[in-house]
Amino acid sequence: MMEKVASYPDSLTEKKFHYCPGCTHGIVHRLVAEIMDEMGIKEETIGVAPVGCSVLAYDYFDCDMHEASHGRAPAVATGIKRVHPDKMVFTYQGDGDLASIGTAEIVHAANRGENITTVFINNAIYGMTGGQMAPTTLEGQKTTTSPYGRNLKEAGNPIRMTEMLSVLDGPAFIARVSVHDPKHIRQAKKALRKAFRLQKEGKGFTMIEVLSTCPTNWGIKPQESLEWLEEYMMPVYPLDVYKDIEEVE
Amino acid sequence: MAEKQLMKGNEVIGEAAIRAGCRYFFGYPITPQNDIPAYMARELPKYDGVFLQAESEVAASNMVYGAAGAGARVLTSSSSPGISLKAEGISYIAGAELPCVIVNIMRGGPGLGSIQPSQSDYFQATKGMAHGDFHLIVYAPSNVQELADLTFKAFNVADQYRTPVMVIGDGMLGQMMEPVEFMEPIDPDELPKKEWATDGAKGREKNVINSLALDPRDLEILNERLQDKYKEIKAQEVMYDEYKMEDAEMAVVAYGTSARIATKAIDMAREAGIKAGLFRPITLYPFPEQELAATTEKIEQYLTVEMSAGQMLEDVRLAVEGRRPIEFYGRMGGMVPETDAILNKLQEMRGE
Amino acid sequence: MNEEVIMAGFGGQGVMSIGQLLAYSGMKAKLEVSWMPSYGPEMRGGTANCTVIVASEKIPSPLTTHPNSVIVMNLPSQTKFVPKVKEQGLVVKNSSLIDEKIERDDLTIIEVPANEIAEELGNTRVANMVMLGAYIAEKEIIDLDIVKNSLANVLPERHHGLIPLNEKALDRGYNLVKEPASV
Ligand SMILES: Cc1ncc(C[n+]2csc(CCOP(=O)(O)OP(=O)(O)O)c2C)c(N)n1
Ligand code: SF4
Ligand SMILES: [Mg+2]
Repeated sequence: MMEKVASYPDSLTEKKFHYCPGCTHGIVHRLVAEIMDEMGIKEETIGVAPVGCSVLAYDYFDCDMHEASHGRAPAVATGIKRVHPDKMVFTYQGDGDLASIGTAEIVHAANRGENITTVFINNAIYGMTGGQMAPTTLEGQKTTTSPYGRNLKEAGNPIRMTEMLSVLDGPAFIARVSVHDPKHIRQAKKALRKAFRLQKEGKGFTMIEVLSTCPTNWGIKPQESLEWLEEYMMPVYPLDVYKDIEEVE
Repeated sequence: MAEKQLMKGNEVIGEAAIRAGCRYFFGYPITPQNDIPAYMARELPKYDGVFLQAESEVAASNMVYGAAGAGARVLTSSSSPGISLKAEGISYIAGAELPCVIVNIMRGGPGLGSIQPSQSDYFQATKGMAHGDFHLIVYAPSNVQELADLTFKAFNVADQYRTPVMVIGDGMLGQMMEPVEFMEPIDPDELPKKEWATDGAKGREKNVINSLALDPRDLEILNERLQDKYKEIKAQEVMYDEYKMEDAEMAVVAYGTSARIATKAIDMAREAGIKAGLFRPITLYPFPEQELAATTEKIEQYLTVEMSAGQMLEDVRLAVEGRRPIEFYGRMGGMVPETDAILNKLQEMRGE
Repeated sequence: MNEEVIMAGFGGQGVMSIGQLLAYSGMKAKLEVSWMPSYGPEMRGGTANCTVIVASEKIPSPLTTHPNSVIVMNLPSQTKFVPKVKEQGLVVKNSSLIDEKIERDDLTIIEVPANEIAEELGNTRVANMVMLGAYIAEKEIIDLDIVKNSLANVLPERHHGLIPLNEKALDRGYNLVKEPASV
């Protein structure tokens, strides 16, 4: 299966990614940048970078970028969007950022139907800080703070943010995608494009959860991490569209 | 005493806490203190203790509030941005007069800052942790052995005064390895029972853990009690150390990592014929005010060295009260002062 | 005696481990020791280094601006740390990976083909031990036997099976300095 090699997106800077080999953060950056190119919105977009491995996203996206403290990106994005309702605003957040310390902010941004797009990178771990348990960590998965494997009785269950948020009335579009092979990458891009389009049309909150890899902290090789994602993460985090106002209308 | 072990500062904190009878840890990951929660996650289950990774530092500090109120010896640790979030819980803990131990392994700020060692949370630790008129007792160890001893002591002192105690270090102290000997472990079941704790009002009047007092006079009475406690702490708990101060004409005032670097600069200064010494506060609160003031009899010039823009400097000025000139040398943002630079500064002050 | 040494290389070359091994050995030899690593995510695939101080008296600072010695496992480390070495100091250099000459002529330079030797021993991961062996032989601050006896304290338990291999690697580095002819 040959992919057409797309040219380097205009919405990315020349700066080389610092991500580890086999990390899918880079793929998702590229997808978001391609969509910005295709929609011609680079000059009207403000991105909000999280605290996590993608903390330096402000160096990579060639649009206006805003830093947020850990977990607060949706609140920062809310502030930006309320000042510039006609601009495109997106947050890019990890699972520790969005599903742990930032649960309050994401729930309320979604519930307000805040007209922003959230790109949610679920890699089942805290990458940046060296591999601690995330709320999305799978049962039995070993991390530095679950050295005997995640025990559901003590540490709770892998959290499904996509399902949770999709029962709110505020969101316009919420889907879970993956980027572990070319077919899924194409589907991911389609979902991201729709989210950005709905924001452009003023339809409300959109979020795309992207299942991602962290070979470094999972302690496996890049290729194995793609397989691990498919074999272990996908059953716990099924891919689907969970909320789509266009289907209702 | 037990055999010496070579251990990382952060892990030493965990071990010392367990030996002090601490069986509860609530925290949230942040560099450069991550080895503390990792150590507790690995070790506490062996003692039937509880390690819980909270959803945030706000939550972690409120879990500590609950566990401390329930009568346990409890630890939380973080690094600068995380301590800012813990401030809420810490204020409530101080208001409700509960004991707990908080570790801050400082990194460069403000904001997300850097993960490199820093001492820029001095103001926060000693003066402005959060809303309300309260203080923490603040220990500033400068080597791994002291880290063990002061963490252990922190739990006893916290219980004694029913007050939150902070152990403050920086990324360097947390990451470095040095030989360490630990205290004999305390069995938490043999600690005196906390009569005020919320452990079920079986056969007694109910206990309430609270920091609210709607009647301002009631709240003032609580505050008066807190102030009396701080007076007592100031009288009893000051700790400091001196190095080559006997015949010194110049004194460097520094704590923690800066003090260690300054020690080396002092040795070099002595070789160059400058009679320098070190005055090192070990408790940042209570600050060794009188002890430092007493040195003005002999010391002609002071140099405060910090990994900040000059925060402890203000306490040094208050203690010296204008009797002698005080200069400052500091690096910020996670930069560590170099011995040569401190030596140059001493020579410059000497007019050399 | 006050020996300050920086060990540097790529993440994964094991510089942190030989640093800990030296510090542990120093402690066993009743000397004062400290071990201070560089840390943080910048080490992801980048360079790692640690500073070890072994002294007969209390160690004032765990950092050093001008080390007596450096052990450099790769070129970026040589470029960064060799200029900082004290005059007449020591450089132990991994000549398997570093071709570049050292410009300073006041230094003692020991070239150790550490990767080649480790490969001969069947495992390139012990190149670090070869380097440490050479350093121990040159410096003579701690007995090689103490270093060997400290391996079990420093290596994680799952690697204890590799202790004999590590000992061999230490020997090879050591003999390279002590009996250059026989190697
Ligand atoms: C208040 C606060 N607490 C903790 C941290 C430390 N911290 C930095 S990134 C991170 C978690 C990152 O994990 P995730 O959001 O899953 O992103 P990933 O690195 O996996 O992409 C944490 C806890 C911080 N910067 N600020
Ligand atoms: S640590 Fe994990 S998430 Fe971070 S860049 Fe590396 S692979 Fe990606
Ligand atoms: Mg993550």
